[in-house]
Amino acid sequence: MTTLDLPPVAASGPAGAPAPAAVDPPRPEKRIRIGGVTRDDVLTVAGAATGSLALDWVLYERVLPFSGAFGFLICWYLLFLAGYYLLGRLQWNPMMVRDRLIAVVAWSSGLLVVGLIADQIGYVGSRGWEAAQHLNFFTESMEHTGPLDPLTSGGALNAIVGSLEQLGLATLFAVPLGIAAAVFMSEVGGRLARPVRTLVEAMTALPSIVAGLFILGVVIITFGFEKSGLAASLALTVMMMPIVTRAAEVVIRLVPGTLREASYALGGSQWRTVWNVVLPTARPGLVTAVVLGMARGVGETSPVLLTSGFTSQFNGSPVDGHQVSLPLYIWNYVKQPYDGMIARGFAAGLTLMGVVLILFVTARVLGGRRPGQLTRAQRRRFDREARRQRAAAAGGVARPYALPPRAER
Amino acid sequence: MTSAAQPAAPYAGAPRQPGHGPDQDVPRTVTAPATPGDRVFRGVLRLAGLSVFAIMGLIAFFLILRGTDALRTVGWSFLTEQKWQTAAHNFGIAAVLPNGLLIAVIALVIAVPVALGTAIFISEYAPVRLRAALISLVDLMAAIPSIVYGLWGLFFLQPRIIGFVRWMANHLGDTIPFLKVRIGDIGTSYTSSTFIAGVVVSLMIIPIVTSLSREVFSQAPQGEREGAYALGSTRWGMVRAVVLPFGKGGVIGAVMLGFGRAMGETIAVALIISPNFKAITHILENGANSISALIALRFGESDALSLSALMAAGLVLFALTLLVNVLAGIVINRSRSGAATAD
Repeated sequence: MTTLDLPPVAASGPAGAPAPAAVDPPRPEKRIRIGGVTRDDVLTVAGAATGSLALDWVLYERVLPFSGAFGFLICWYLLFLAGYYLLGRLQWNPMMVRDRLIAVVAWSSGLLVVGLIADQIGYVGSRGWEAAQHLNFFTESMEHTGPLDPLTSGGALNAIVGSLEQLGLATLFAVPLGIAAAVFMSEVGGRLARPVRTLVEAMTALPSIVAGLFILGVVIITFGFEKSGLAASLALTVMMMPIVTRAAEVVIRLVPGTLREASYALGGSQWRTVWNVVLPTARPGLVTAVVLGMARGVGETSPVLLTSGFTSQFNGSPVDGHQVSLPLYIWNYVKQPYDGMIARGFAAGLTLMGVVLILFVTARVLGGRRPGQLTRAQRRRFDREARRQRAAAAGGVARPYALPPRAER
Repeated sequence: MTSAAQPAAPYAGAPRQPGHGPDQDVPRTVTAPATPGDRVFRGVLRLAGLSVFAIMGLIAFFLILRGTDALRTVGWSFLTEQKWQTAAHNFGIAAVLPNGLLIAVIALVIAVPVALGTAIFISEYAPVRLRAALISLVDLMAAIPSIVYGLWGLFFLQPRIIGFVRWMANHLGDTIPFLKVRIGDIGTSYTSSTFIAGVVVSLMIIPIVTSLSREVFSQAPQGEREGAYALGSTRWGMVRAVVLPFGKGGVIGAVMLGFGRAMGETIAVALIISPNFKAITHILENGANSISALIALRFGESDALSLSALMAAGLVLFALTLLVNVLAGIVINRSRSGAATAD
């Protein structure tokens, strides 16, 4: 928490360059730390946690007729809150205790969410490893594998290829449409922009099963095409397009208006401005928008379930015949009563999580910046350039210091 | 513009007359004729914008078109019939719709406190260095595929939560009727229930509610926060007096959006429940259903009337979620525009 803005001298005091030893400088002002954690705080939390854990164990496991890890944790938490309150009351006034209690509740809900994510990833990872450690899981399809065959036979190659193809096609459809709609809302605007935005927001939350049902109703029932990867990618397009639109609109709006004005002042037309100024400036954010849409699309199960059809065979063609994808593969095999099949389902889940994680991390790495904001390397390069030009202008040597070799940049 | 600062106007707010003297400049409206290229460009963009209407319109149109058969067969009893026997022309959503809503409500009851706590934690309590990482993590939670939530719920959560469910049924069931389990006390009486489906769905809406609420919380004006501190408030006092009132509209919108998402959630619910077609009154008992799970589990039936009935059910789901989401969108937008004027 920073609620005080001290002058920069004070803020950079201890961390700044060491003062020369010759003069005796006035002691640099120290920034006052508000809040922070004292030893008492830590010990109170730790004491309440251990005390309540012990009490919980005695009550839950020995005295009362309860069972199950879930109930144990809930009881522990409730006892912990009570214990923390009592410990707090011993040292602080009621208002402060309430403040601390709320802080603890806030911390614990944050930790709960983090724990849930870690648990999901960890659980799917550990269950999935059983089948995913055999390389054949990534190189074979399920065509010649029966329900009781060992895990060294059969795999999810068909589903992986199907997922990638369907995702690729859906991206191909959704991205141009989505970005164009976003540019429409932010650059053209007008009376239509607001209803479009409201509808895009509503469409983001469209139940995925309805998207599947729609494509099933149009492509397969009305026009009589076979279920195929292409139909699935159309359903995915309906899901991905609003996500791309919304995320893209946010970054396009962040592009500074001065850049647009500069382009217009140079005589650029609107489409030149959008194409050469706005979109390139927003590029990292747009890539993030696309990748987030992809991460969402690859995991959608219900649209694919209704439209792509299931097959255990390898099918490389999205337009011809049933084509399985990872979510559908999981859905189909974990419902079977065979341990091997469930293990394969989990391994596919692990693969799917891996794909989502890779896409997600890509999006974060590319999209951490605001439009026009430079990466550290870019900023260094510009700084160097500026310094050299200043030096040249001042009549000094053109290159007052040695530039690092090219490879270091 | 600069003209407001000029002393030339006799009194504040006096009408300025442009063109009278150099001191009274007013910005001139620049109009540039659109080039043909621009006109095409705008036309294309407008088409892209309109495609959203087209897609949503087509969805509604085709669901109605395909659902008419079923609706015509059973008429109004589609809304009042609980059973789903398409071959006997005896089907309706009177059981699946309320059961789906019940799952969504349970999900909200669990998710909203956790999500609000997390949102407050991230925007107010978490160390600044952790904040960006936590935001990413919540976004990641939203990106985890629903089938993975389903797997986790079915294989990890369900076996571990049964003890707690049994305890609730046996000890609270007598005082709180809807927690009672009326079927025999064996393990499977407590599985695949509305409650467990609701718990899993709650995990899926936590990230949505969290990220939207966090966004509005973090927009609470800094000046008022400092004001609260300066008046001697504790951090919780500040949160309660400044952040929560400021974010109320956004939180309501976020909860509605979460509700819409929970209603439409399919795969995790379909994996966990064992479908039945009675209106659920006891949420801990084995057996549950929702429109989306019904569609996912039954779409394989090949006769035209069954599919048509599913389309009709899908239409109801579509209309309901659209309504909830548009309302939520309006609430959120209103709270955002309020946020813009507050500081």
